[in-house]
Amino acid sequence: MIAFSAPIVDYHALAPELVLAAGICLVLLVDLFVPAHRRWITGTISGLVLLGALLPVVTLAVLGGDVRDVLSGDGISGRYVVDNFALVLKALFLLSGYVVVLLSTNEIEDGGYYQGEYYVLLLSSVLGMVMMASSRDLVSVFVALEFLSIPAYMMAAWKKRDRKSNEAGVKYYLLGVFASAVMLYGMSLLYGIAGSTKLSVIGEKITLSGPRTGIEVIAVVFVIVGFSFKVSAVPFHTWAPDTYEGAPTPVTAFLSVASKAAGFVGLMIMVYLAFPLARDVYRPFLWVLAALTMTVGNLVALKQKNLVRMLAYSSVSQGGFILMALAMAFTNGSEESSLRAIIVYLIIYAATNLGAFAVVIAVARRTKSAEISSYGGLFNYAPGLTVMMTLFLASLAGIPPLGGWYAKFGAFRAAVDAGGGWGYTIAIVGAANAVVATAYYITVMREMWMKPVPEGADTSAVKVPASLVAALTITGLATLAFGVVPGIIAKVGSLTDLTGAFHG
Amino acid sequence: MIQEQQWLLSLGTFLPLAGVLVMLFIPKKDEAMAKGVALLTAVATLGVGIYTLVKFDYGQSQKLQFFTTNKWISPIKATYTIGLDGISLPLYILSMVITVLVMVYSWNHVPNPGNAKAFFILMLVLQVGMAGTFVAQDLILFFVFFELVLLPMYFMIGVWGGENRQYASLKFFLYTMFGSALMLVAFIAMFIVTKNHATNPDAANFSFQWFHANAPGIARNTAIWIFGGMFVGFAVKVPMFPFHTWLPDAHTQAPTQGSVILAAILLKLGTYGFVRIALPFLPQAAKTWAPIIAVLAVIGIIYGALGCLAQTDMKRLIAFSSVAHMGFVMLGISTLTPLGINAALFGMVAHGLITGMLFFVAGSVKERYHTLEIKRLSGMLKQVPHLGWILGFCAMASLGLPGLAGFWGEFPALLASWSPATILTDSAMGNHELLYRVLTVISAFGTVLAAGYLLWLYQRTAFGEPSEEFAAHGHDDHGHSDIHDVNVFEWIAWTPLLIGIVVLGVVPSLMFKVMDPAVQQLTSVFGK
Repeated sequence: MIAFSAPIVDYHALAPELVLAAGICLVLLVDLFVPAHRRWITGTISGLVLLGALLPVVTLAVLGGDVRDVLSGDGISGRYVVDNFALVLKALFLLSGYVVVLLSTNEIEDGGYYQGEYYVLLLSSVLGMVMMASSRDLVSVFVALEFLSIPAYMMAAWKKRDRKSNEAGVKYYLLGVFASAVMLYGMSLLYGIAGSTKLSVIGEKITLSGPRTGIEVIAVVFVIVGFSFKVSAVPFHTWAPDTYEGAPTPVTAFLSVASKAAGFVGLMIMVYLAFPLARDVYRPFLWVLAALTMTVGNLVALKQKNLVRMLAYSSVSQGGFILMALAMAFTNGSEESSLRAIIVYLIIYAATNLGAFAVVIAVARRTKSAEISSYGGLFNYAPGLTVMMTLFLASLAGIPPLGGWYAKFGAFRAAVDAGGGWGYTIAIVGAANAVVATAYYITVMREMWMKPVPEGADTSAVKVPASLVAALTITGLATLAFGVVPGIIAKVGSLTDLTGAFHG
Repeated sequence: MIQEQQWLLSLGTFLPLAGVLVMLFIPKKDEAMAKGVALLTAVATLGVGIYTLVKFDYGQSQKLQFFTTNKWISPIKATYTIGLDGISLPLYILSMVITVLVMVYSWNHVPNPGNAKAFFILMLVLQVGMAGTFVAQDLILFFVFFELVLLPMYFMIGVWGGENRQYASLKFFLYTMFGSALMLVAFIAMFIVTKNHATNPDAANFSFQWFHANAPGIARNTAIWIFGGMFVGFAVKVPMFPFHTWLPDAHTQAPTQGSVILAAILLKLGTYGFVRIALPFLPQAAKTWAPIIAVLAVIGIIYGALGCLAQTDMKRLIAFSSVAHMGFVMLGISTLTPLGINAALFGMVAHGLITGMLFFVAGSVKERYHTLEIKRLSGMLKQVPHLGWILGFCAMASLGLPGLAGFWGEFPALLASWSPATILTDSAMGNHELLYRVLTVISAFGTVLAAGYLLWLYQRTAFGEPSEEFAAHGHDDHGHSDIHDVNVFEWIAWTPLLIGIVVLGVVPSLMFKVMDPAVQQLTSVFGK
């Protein structure tokens, strides 16, 4: 019998998670003791908590040095670590969370929703994401995934008396749970193959040499399918448009950016650590997923009349570009450029998409609508918002000098870097899709700039609340800066060595 | 290269942005102020341009001057490298001149729905993109500037354009986007392939220098594919047959200012890309593509001319004539000879001046007569004599009359295509001499057609008596006239262009002398 010895905890490395956990308790308590009309303070506290959790991330980054085992001890080392990869993504999740808090402040307060609970769930979900970035073990990956998903199910259904919101929550919940089950099954097979839940051990067991067993194939495919639901890859995307449309808009922003990024992070960790050598299985599978995701997402987005639904499909299609880079990992030594491309893509996409949703929220405060037609003539009475939206849409379309072009550039580069028939074909598919995508982004621009104001619309100047102005400033500056001086973001991307990867 | 006054080109390129920043803080209602700041910025930018002209060392125009290189996006090896040589100097200056003139013209010609502030801001942003493309000496930097012009032009057509503006602007946008997506993939592929076979892969970067040194070594079959990607990107912009269909719509619907900038500068971004990037970096593929380009160019010449003959709208006719003229430019490029490429570069500038001028005239006709339908216009020489004479002058220049600028773009191009570069007539690789000679004859016929459609246009619109519906609008006894002759803003905006057309026509060596050393150096990759 093995005696249990308590692991040694590196509290500094665990600090971001600890701050968040303490913050969650604090918000719960404040919500309990503060009178209803002053509950807005929970939002402020949540924002501060997220920024507070960023502090240790910064100090950890500044101290730098080697990989830190958060929990070290007999047989437990290397399962939950802090490396540069984890730090960059933690920072991304915390900042995205902060912007979502800014987006939520007025929306949740005006809607008369349960503010305290909302922020508790939001913080919990962010905590799950922060954990995901550090997880290097099947168990912690799964726990992190559930931790980030379950609060999100509830947030999607937050508009309690709205049928669409209920539909959003239920659909998201049912498909999410189904995906978890499939993934868990795949994980159990992985454990069966390797005899360990530690990803690096699994990675050593699944080798390229020797015949591929059926169990290995099923295990890899099931894990990818499970994550495909999370990242809404076609054909596992069906929940996304309904959920995005029904959920409160700040929640949609959160789901389409942070939650999706967390899904990709999980998928990356699995591909890079657990089965890098099973590329004969995942490459064709991810390749097809990527091509389908880009193409179907785009084609359906073309037909949308509702801006939030359109952004939902656009985010499906953007995911395809990330999958493109991932599919071509470990082909002709392209794993590094793929990893960097994905990280950079996630960061730029987060800034841009959150910004687009900020505009949607600001405009909807006036028009009470997210129909694209309600944006007619926006330039005439809200030129500032129109210019911001144009910047974000142009960035999503990948037009220089806005951030999106650099994200797409990286994805293309990863594909071309891998080369060969697979790489070049998917790059051409991606290029064609980049063009199709501009068609629907431009429809919105056309509506805002060129169409007349719909009849009966109020055309007095739109007042944008301070928190939204802050969110727009952050995301707008980031979108512009990432495009003009991509060096800053590329530098971050090149730091992100995922510990244990690149040895296959 | 000459690394003196390294700040000069950056200043010339980005100065308009300073104007944009100032304009952002001017209230929308204060239109005169906004226009003033914009014009001042453009004039200051042109001032920098003229200083560049003065400081340019004409004795060494084959070298990159005012060269500077800096880190930009280190992880992907993209650099901020800019420089100017004899090939880019004329276009760089032309873009600045055109922007100033267009702004002068816009002073009292802001098209519906108004909003001078936004309109002038877009012109300044366009200027940054245009100047930047001509000075960029790094592929990624080039790409960013190349794309920067896309959105402002889209909005210019889509917001301030004619009735069908939304369709036209979308078509313009999607065509260009399609081209540039393939172009970007081609750029990346060229970089990676070059890096993989280079002897010093660690030194790989996106600067033109690197590709000059290494890209010609790419295996021929690979190079042909990469060239194909670039070909689509540049050919859409030129535009070459069969990628030209966006152009007539965009030109017809764009406001006058948009048409002028589009014709004078934006189309040149494509041809410039061929000369600066596709040919010198991938000479081994250029050899294979040149005959294809030549055939497409000549199809463009004839098709454009026939298209012109069928038009009933003056502006659309000018747009189709652009397709034909750019065909001559591409024919010159496809010969791969110094003469042909010199002709092409000259043709680019000449077409910029002449067609830009024609679009100005068309805009002023539209403003006076509220129509551009050729059959409703007549007797302009009687009703608005100055405008009529200017139209005639431009038509003559456009059809290639010797003594005016247009001639020096077309005639040497024909001459060059009669005897293309030796690598194209080398029998070991397939002798294309006969093909080029046939093409020369066909395109010579194209010049006849050009004379036909331009003179016919002039005859129908300028000769004869003013048509009845407009006759009453002319000079009546009370001195009122809504159909008035050329006004002072128009004179200021047009005179430099008219002078330019004459001066370049009489003394073409002004430009040939600047370009030739650079072109000679460029074509040296094709052997003797």
